Amino acid sequence: MPLLCARGVSFAYNERRVLEDISFTLDAGEVLGLVGPNGSGKTTLIRCLDRILAPEGEIHLDGRDMLSMSRPEIARMIAYVPQNSGILSSATVFETVLMGRRPHLRWSVSEEDKQTVSDALSLLGISAFASRRIDRLSGGERQRVFIARAIAQDARVLLLDEPTSALDIRNRIEVMALLFRLAEERGLAVVAAIHDLNLAARYCHRLLILKDGLVLGQGTPSSLLTPGMVRAAYGIEAAVKDEVGVPYVVPLRPSDNDRPVELP
Amino acid sequence: MMAETGKQEYTRLTEKRVLFIVGLILILIALAGVAVTLGSANLSVADSYLAILAGLFPDAVDLPDRMIESNAVGIVWGWRLHRVLFGIAAGFGLAIAGTVMQGVLRNPLASPFTLGIASAASCGASIAIVLGAGILSGSLLVIGNAFLFAMLAAAAIYGMARLRGMGSEAMILAGIALMYLFSAITSLLQYLGTAAKVQEVVFWMFGSLDKSSWPKLGIVAIVIVAVIPPLLWRAWDLNALAEGDEVAASLGVPVERSMAGFMLAASLVTAVIICFTGTIGFIGLVAPHITRMAIGTDHRTLLPASGLVGAVLLLGADCLARTLIPGAIIPVGIMTAFLGIPFFLYLFMRGRDA
Repeated sequence: MPLLCARGVSFAYNERRVLEDISFTLDAGEVLGLVGPNGSGKTTLIRCLDRILAPEGEIHLDGRDMLSMSRPEIARMIAYVPQNSGILSSATVFETVLMGRRPHLRWSVSEEDKQTVSDALSLLGISAFASRRIDRLSGGERQRVFIARAIAQDARVLLLDEPTSALDIRNRIEVMALLFRLAEERGLAVVAAIHDLNLAARYCHRLLILKDGLVLGQGTPSSLLTPGMVRAAYGIEAAVKDEVGVPYVVPLRPSDNDRPVELP
Repeated sequence: MMAETGKQEYTRLTEKRVLFIVGLILILIALAGVAVTLGSANLSVADSYLAILAGLFPDAVDLPDRMIESNAVGIVWGWRLHRVLFGIAAGFGLAIAGTVMQGVLRNPLASPFTLGIASAASCGASIAIVLGAGILSGSLLVIGNAFLFAMLAAAAIYGMARLRGMGSEAMILAGIALMYLFSAITSLLQYLGTAAKVQEVVFWMFGSLDKSSWPKLGIVAIVIVAVIPPLLWRAWDLNALAEGDEVAASLGVPVERSMAGFMLAASLVTAVIICFTGTIGFIGLVAPHITRMAIGTDHRTLLPASGLVGAVLLLGADCLARTLIPGAIIPVGIMTAFLGIPFFLYLFMRGRDA
């Protein structure tokens, strides 16, 4: 049975339809990359999957209809890392990650909770600034803190909205490799909205391409990322190369986009 | 090894917070002793404590003759203690209300003042004083009106919190708009009222503890005892809300219901205090900031600690207000601002350097 199963998910902000009939399933141990142009509905879909928004259609979590689950129940199953929102508390890194324990603890913090936080900090390589204030960190460090919080939440499904957008190239690879490893080793189901197609191709088991709120296609990166698909999703011409079994998308120069040429 | 450091530092931070709270309680007890000595009848601090104890346990405490002759117990219990305790309760309640509002709205400017609750109470009081119109009569006319109007403003904020899509900035803007509306009504009444009535309104708005009494203290205490424990129990929700609505929801907080509940509780505490004291607005704004600078943002300790800071501030200000100019009592609402704002600015500037 899939861990996460969406059937016919649609959503509208007032009258504006943002998602239309989205269906997919996700097994434990899988990383699903949500790709697509800005405004295609990736963030909205992630919010719907965490029931921060209430969509039409059905979402099943480990076989249970999410509508029948309470907010805390969902929080114990799904962790969410939002896009850098600009909202910053002045809590320390340790306290921020400790917040991930909220669905599990009642009032006091147990030794076990602290250990979970410690482990999440070292997993993300940020133990060194456990006592620094979150609003004094760089964008990349902060992103790691928020991912650590989600990991401390001990959820089986991880939802991440642009987890790599604030990161440099090395950090991007490290974070994506970590998510990939967490999925495979701990059996998590990971859904990540990613703009960088090549990063998505390298670290996601499957991709789901959204455009204007519709699913343009879903499947493995190799089967999905073709020049035709890039053209359909983004309206640009690109060559897709093969880098040791992983597709690699190279956009053509803008001036060439009207007359596509094959790169050698 | 690194991971262990994080845990140890967190444990130390927790200890520091508990220590801060214990220290504040001790300061408050000492300050209360001093506050009880203030007044025309001379009493030492030790005598004050003794008189308090004698009132509580008449059989157990052996009073010296001079205290029996001067009716020390009667003076302390009849005249002074309720005022001191009222100051503590008011400072505690206003500071916690401010902390909750700042936490829920994620905005350091949020307070009973900036959300229009205090000006609504002033407006209600002015209507009672100038027009003589109100829901209750006699000595409760002004108090009843102040409370009703404060709760009206709170209900407006509550309604806005329940409205879908009403963000925290919009709520603060709406609160400020409410503040101007109620201030305008108050000004209009002052414009129309007689000189004597206007003076009465102005005196009400200063905010003071002069009108305290045991029954009033009882009402405030009941509300505080009823409202604060559930707030403390929900401290994690406030922590989560500080990270943003979406994060709070993903951490299992029912965001809209929770926000509305917090705002309602904070408003109720504010309303029940300022309807008796007049506007003491500054405590609710500054006590949370001072406390956050000292011990950080975890609301499990921030709420009680900032309540205690508020109590110390208000009681300390009242002591100074009664002694600074011999024979005159400066309204405590004015005194808290004189005392607290320089201190606050000092802390703020120091915090910036660090």
